[in-house]
Amino acid sequence: MNTTNHALVVRDLKKKYPKVEALKGVDLTLPQGEIWGLLGPNGSGKSTLLKCIIGLVNPDGGEIEILGSAPSRQTKAQIAFVPEVENLYRWMTIRQAIDFTATFYDDWDEARVPGLLQFMGLDATKKVSSLSKGMRARLKLILALARKAPLILLDEPFSGIDPASRDRIVEGIVRQFKSEEQTMVISTHAVGDTEQLFDAVVFLDEGTINLQGNAEDLRRQYGKSINDLFKEVFA
Amino acid sequence: MNIDFSTSIPIYLQIIEEFKRQIVTSALKPGDKVPSQRDLAAQIKVNANTVQRAYREMEILGLVETLRGQGTFICQNQGIVEETRKEMLTNLVDDFVRAVRALGLSQEATLDVVKNRFSELESKEEVNDK
Repeated sequence: MNTTNHALVVRDLKKKYPKVEALKGVDLTLPQGEIWGLLGPNGSGKSTLLKCIIGLVNPDGGEIEILGSAPSRQTKAQIAFVPEVENLYRWMTIRQAIDFTATFYDDWDEARVPGLLQFMGLDATKKVSSLSKGMRARLKLILALARKAPLILLDEPFSGIDPASRDRIVEGIVRQFKSEEQTMVISTHAVGDTEQLFDAVVFLDEGTINLQGNAEDLRRQYGKSINDLFKEVFA
Repeated sequence: MNIDFSTSIPIYLQIIEEFKRQIVTSALKPGDKVPSQRDLAAQIKVNANTVQRAYREMEILGLVETLRGQGTFICQNQGIVEETRKEMLTNLVDDFVRAVRALGLSQEATLDVVKNRFSELESKEEVNDK
């Protein structure tokens, strides 16, 4: 199978932790240029799947192909990953956090930074420690969107943040996402107010995919919003 | 353009419906420029691929045309206003007729009520306008 025009292919991916089977054989094929919603409640395996893709977790079985290649240092450099956990040094200013992150990546595009800061309503001289959770989430998104990475993975970017920040992040993604050269996976359990972002969705339930497809096709097929489908599947 | 989504209907179809509504009410006239796909996507906070699908469909339907380097415009064809109006009205009436028939009501009884309601609602609106 020729998979070079796919951003990501996952085959029969398995991961077992001492107390829980996080992934029980996951299969996924993501075409380039789409935004995918990885949907499921807490503990469904979303983070484990993303961490397997970026290489922070070693799977126990299965295969991953990123932009046509097996995971390596090269593929890792092509992925912009925004973890759910706080990864910013609180003593830094926003400017310092940006400069610090920029040093790690060859694909950093400094020209994007001023516009992103302005759009997100962030003052670069402010300290990270002075920011609200929503403002920190905005900053984390800037750090991902300032890279020309072909694959962007956002782990729970809307979790526990204010509605204004959520709306800014949704709009920021819509404005910045370049479907000609990028693919994005967004994991979330907050499907309301974000579902219009997704080209396609995957429902992950206790390590197993139980529904996936084009979001518009699913709406038509079930006569329901993705949010209502989500509630029904995970009720 | 402001779209209030009921997301049980595919979003690209709702975008097309909104354009049709604006064409019928003359909020958009033949020849008018419409927002670029990216601008509309940002404005209504919808995935740009979804907006692209709506625009592509509207081109096929002959509602809009994209001129290279200039943008997207409502088609100059004056007939589209009348056609769109007819189509939207037919759809509304079809839904109504099906609902009425499902209740087992006759055409004659229904049409009388429709006429009466038209004049009653119109006079009510006139009162409200004053």
